[in-house]
Amino acid sequence: MDNLLLYLFGATALVSAASMLVLRHPMRVALALIATMLSLAGVYALLGVHVIAIFQVLIYVGAVMVFMVYVIMLTNVRDRSFTLRFSSLLLPGIAAALVLAGLFARLAAGGLPAAATTSAAGRFGVQSFSVAFITQYWLHFELVSVLLVAAVVAALAVVKVSRGAHG
Amino acid sequence: MDSAPALVALGGGLFVLGLLGVIVRRNVLVMLMCMELMLNGVNLLLVVFAQRGDSIAGGALVLLVFVVAAAEIGIAIPIVLLLARRRHTMELDAYTELQG
Repeated sequence: MDNLLLYLFGATALVSAASMLVLRHPMRVALALIATMLSLAGVYALLGVHVIAIFQVLIYVGAVMVFMVYVIMLTNVRDRSFTLRFSSLLLPGIAAALVLAGLFARLAAGGLPAAATTSAAGRFGVQSFSVAFITQYWLHFELVSVLLVAAVVAALAVVKVSRGAHG
Repeated sequence: MDSAPALVALGGGLFVLGLLGVIVRRNVLVMLMCMELMLNGVNLLLVVFAQRGDSIAGGALVLLVFVVAAAEIGIAIPIVLLLARRRHTMELDAYTELQG
């Protein structure tokens, strides 16, 4: 049953990711991406990695994509990119993607490393994962919060530059 | 049945689809969303390998990637909005003065 659900979520993720390439309006692309992210959250939950499943929904769907949807709704630009899907790079792009996919397939043909013997559910449970994350990776956590502050300052600077340019 | 090979294929497939979208689409916002799709593919691979290798390093890295993605969107969206306000277009071909 779990495996069936896993393949169902995986197939949904792949189909909606592929539909992102062919849908015309950015809002539909955003909805397809949200479907992909929610399916991936389901995959994470079925794998027993609950912390990451929760944060996938909270951060990606709840913050990043809501921001994206608001921006799409707030811009009233309608140009050629809303009717023409692909740029002139279509054929080179497909060639590059095929080469990359072949490379991945060749790498994956070497086989995966053997699975660990202990069950992942114990290590990746909410409590054990959180304790291990905060005790082992606290420095990375702090560094990434510095990065986030820098991003906020940069976004404010961009807005300020635009105010200066437009008076 | 072991589902790891299928999940690795799914992660690689999401990455390739995202890269294809970044290259071939015209709309800047759609290209940004395809970049997010690439990050999602990498995240899935990190989770699968972390679980298989029985190490939480991959899981910790996924949480850090979440923050980097949020920061990326937080900076990229104002830039896109500024460009759209200046040129009234979301088509990347209109911004040829950005080349190096």
